[in-house]
Amino acid sequence: MKKIALYLIPLGLFLGLIIFLYQGLFSNPREHQSSLLEQPMPEFVLPDLMNIEKTYTQDVFLGEVTLLNVWGVWCITCAIELPYLKQLQGEGKHIVGLYFDQDMDPDFGIKTVARVQQEVTDKLNQLGNPYAYNIFDVKRDLSMDLGVTGAPETYLIDQQGRIRLHHIGDINPRVWNKKFAPIYDELIAQ
Amino acid sequence: MNRLVSTLFILTLGFFVSQVLATEDKFHFDSAEKNALFLELTKVLRCPKCQNQNIADSDAMIAVDLKRKVYELLQKDYDKKQVIDFMKQRYGDFVYYQPPVNPMTIWLWLLPVLFIFIALAGIIMTRKRQIPDISQEQLAKAQAILEREE
Repeated sequence: MKKIALYLIPLGLFLGLIIFLYQGLFSNPREHQSSLLEQPMPEFVLPDLMNIEKTYTQDVFLGEVTLLNVWGVWCITCAIELPYLKQLQGEGKHIVGLYFDQDMDPDFGIKTVARVQQEVTDKLNQLGNPYAYNIFDVKRDLSMDLGVTGAPETYLIDQQGRIRLHHIGDINPRVWNKKFAPIYDELIAQ
Repeated sequence: MNRLVSTLFILTLGFFVSQVLATEDKFHFDSAEKNALFLELTKVLRCPKCQNQNIADSDAMIAVDLKRKVYELLQKDYDKKQVIDFMKQRYGDFVYYQPPVNPMTIWLWLLPVLFIFIALAGIIMTRKRQIPDISQEQLAKAQAILEREE
């Protein structure tokens, strides 16, 4: 009897290992806890994409629950996401764009601002404009402070200007209902 | 002969080209230590977009931006730890290849050591149990069989 128990130990260890590795099959390596959660928005002073004279700071997010959507016209998934964002905006959600351009290399600055504006206008005319306004992250500094890894990414910011959620990838009905809606509804109810 | 000359020509050309490329590097430092630190840091920081590459290796936009940031920070006289902390603050522990030691990750170091000790204990215990209990009578019997076979 004792011997059987002794043989069961490696079997148990093996089963444990199998369960551990099996779970690994379904984990998403891109999913990792953002270190900025519950933190206030990083400080910034950045221009409006369409009106370079106008500038925004982190205080612009105070007093309203905001979805900050990181995007660019060069980003294909962003284009797929735009119609759904438009729908969310239609439901009364406040969506702000954080726009950055791939070709605006701080070292070279190949593209003119007018050209970027034209591209954005064309894209939004074509697919619908969900944004209240777009913040232009010229040198991608704010993106870096926010820990943006690419586009699209979306942040949920509460009335006190704190980051409550950081989502990497597109927003679709499934992501919205599962991830955003619980926190968003709670914030709105306050 | 002609072949030798052209081969030599191409080799010298290659040498010059690599020289030119080396000096055309985007990031210039006034001290060799900073340059070495830059190379070291870009090797140990992980690209958040293409996760199996360091930022020195990756050409993703984010990796280029991070390299530029490392360069800027080093120009501002940040030391190694400060640069890594700056990155961790934004991209999490994940951005640095060396995981921090905390209650969760301590097992990465403890488990192999524990395994060695348990295995050792197991080996010693099984060894001890195998005390040969062969009597003289049996030995003589075995000997007899061996001799008979011969």
